[in-house]
Amino acid sequence: MKNNYNFHIGRIAPLSRDNVDTDQIIPKQFLKSIKKSGFGPNLFDAWRYEDEGYPGQDISERSINKDFILNQDKFTGTDVLLSKDNFGCGSSREHAVWSLMDFGFKVVIAQSFADIFYNNCFKNGLLPIKLPQKIITKLFDIAEQEKEIEIDLVNQIIVCDGNEFCRFEIDPFRKECILEGLDEIGLSLKFSEDIKKFETQRSKEAPWIFNISNEKQ
Amino acid sequence: MSKTLYDKLWDAHVVIQRNDDSHLLYIDRHLIHEVTSPQAFEGLKLANRRPWRVSANVATPDHNVPTTNREEGLDGIVDEVAKLQVITLDDNCKEHGITQFDILDKRQGIVHVVGPEQGVTLPGMTIVCGDSHTSTHGALATLAMGIGTSEVEHVLATQCLVTSKLKNMQVCIDGELSKGVSPKDVTMAVIEKIGTAGGTGYAIEYCGEVIRNMSVEGRMTVCNMAIEAGARAGLVAFDKTTLDYVKNRPYSPKGDDLEIALSQWNELKSDEDAVFEEVIHIDGSSLKPKVSWGTSPEMVIDVDGSIPEASTESLSHALNYMGLRPGMKLSEIELDQVFIGSCTNSRIEDLRIAAQVVKGKKVSDRIKRAIVVPGSGLVSAAAVEEGLDQIFMEAGFEWRAPGCSMCLAMNPDQLGEGEHCASTSNRNFEGRQGYRGRTHLVSPATAAAAAIAGNFVDVRELIE
Repeated sequence: MKNNYNFHIGRIAPLSRDNVDTDQIIPKQFLKSIKKSGFGPNLFDAWRYEDEGYPGQDISERSINKDFILNQDKFTGTDVLLSKDNFGCGSSREHAVWSLMDFGFKVVIAQSFADIFYNNCFKNGLLPIKLPQKIITKLFDIAEQEKEIEIDLVNQIIVCDGNEFCRFEIDPFRKECILEGLDEIGLSLKFSEDIKKFETQRSKEAPWIFNISNEKQ
Repeated sequence: MSKTLYDKLWDAHVVIQRNDDSHLLYIDRHLIHEVTSPQAFEGLKLANRRPWRVSANVATPDHNVPTTNREEGLDGIVDEVAKLQVITLDDNCKEHGITQFDILDKRQGIVHVVGPEQGVTLPGMTIVCGDSHTSTHGALATLAMGIGTSEVEHVLATQCLVTSKLKNMQVCIDGELSKGVSPKDVTMAVIEKIGTAGGTGYAIEYCGEVIRNMSVEGRMTVCNMAIEAGARAGLVAFDKTTLDYVKNRPYSPKGDDLEIALSQWNELKSDEDAVFEEVIHIDGSSLKPKVSWGTSPEMVIDVDGSIPEASTESLSHALNYMGLRPGMKLSEIELDQVFIGSCTNSRIEDLRIAAQVVKGKKVSDRIKRAIVVPGSGLVSAAAVEEGLDQIFMEAGFEWRAPGCSMCLAMNPDQLGEGEHCASTSNRNFEGRQGYRGRTHLVSPATAAAAAIAGNFVDVRELIE
């Protein structure tokens, strides 16, 4: 397992489902935390365990669902998650991304992603890769064979058995954010003058937008 | 060049284009609740940053608040972890001077009900909130999108969202709805037709005779579930209905400002020859009440339909989770709970429709619990004024205090294992309303009718 952001080698955990929603990735009872860490033990909570999870519980006492992929010996230590269509749909909770990362996932590969989840991935350095159905199907075989794949973000290729397996598309700015770990807010604040100029103009055109205050009833 | 409504809102808010795809989009209004904001405020603090424009922000706690013992305020929150989250919102708002309708404020409620109700949501705005159902506000001709917590922090710090332009989809619902068929059935019909990923990458503009004749409340129900069709934003053009709704709200423009606003708002519609990448037509006249049977909002059938065959792995999973057999009629499902509420269906109009169905009747003995959770303190007050609370309570419903409640069951309002619920909320995901709970999404009228009958019935037969 190797990851220095531009290059990652790992094995795949195959989650053969469409429409994996963020409620499944991290159930709501764990969203009460005001932190970004500590969600890993409850990733896919309702699927991983046979009992109901709650915050602050002793994980070692829980009953494990042995059928769930992340609990199968052959997929222990995998850090590339593979799924199907519309991964991360539903709630905007960024806790879903924090959970996947806290558990140890570095990359999520799916046929398609829901928009908000896809955005949230880049903000945290989790690499989401969209691939066509045909390739996804082949990757499910590779996962079963417990083979390692190499994900080369710089060149946007996935390598398997020493050969180029497929290429993937990624927005150049987002790629840079992951590669460089950019402070996106800092980057936007470089345009402070443009924002101020826009805002001044807007406040002249639509002053009613700017009049919210604590005193007003 | 002709533009869609989305194009116009987009163009009016682009600060700069950073490269071919990414833009800084100016955000007029940022709505905040307790669950997705603490880490964002923490991030600001760690980087020694302050909110860019305090007056852009309005907050209210909704996800975690209990719907009972509200008069106790924070002390009424039994769960200490949840209480800390609500207190953290209080502290963050106080620290930065952000307007908040707190747990004891009569204006507190579900953020997507409170925004439009207060005139905090106004036509022509860009609006974001760390909640996917922010699409609701598009009903008032705004560009409104759900965002993640990192984006919440970004908007707090810069008043901008880094984003790329969406594609345009038009969903046209023609004809006239039958009596008993409501905006919820319309929005579910759209999801049934295009699927939960059908709108991914798009802003959906809803139009057609059915939408034009719909109240703003109804349009909010429709736009609310745009996200369940995969679309980050749903929109409806500005018209007189919007104006009548918006004017005289606490934060809406008055006098000369209103005149100026109106001249801008009248432009908030797609040009006649505007081009949409995708156009969907739905015949509103043929729509029937809808019920979701499965674990994805696209698993929807007509109220008189049958549970489908397990033709795919997903359908098979869903049937198994829901404890249903292919070919079953919806009326054969034994319901345990009924929930009327959520940002989809907790406005006064929703409560009126439901009250009309239950008036003078009793909740079936088979139903363990039926609750009504108004969307805000003001909706609740209006309902009490009209006597709706009495109608519900006399029928055997519990009348609760405002919040998200059983829509996502972060507070104590939850389903038990295996229980079936007729719910006016927006998501029927596994465990959404409680561990191993089974959710059926329906309109307020259908939920009310189901409470009385103890099982799903065609509400059209009750209100003829």
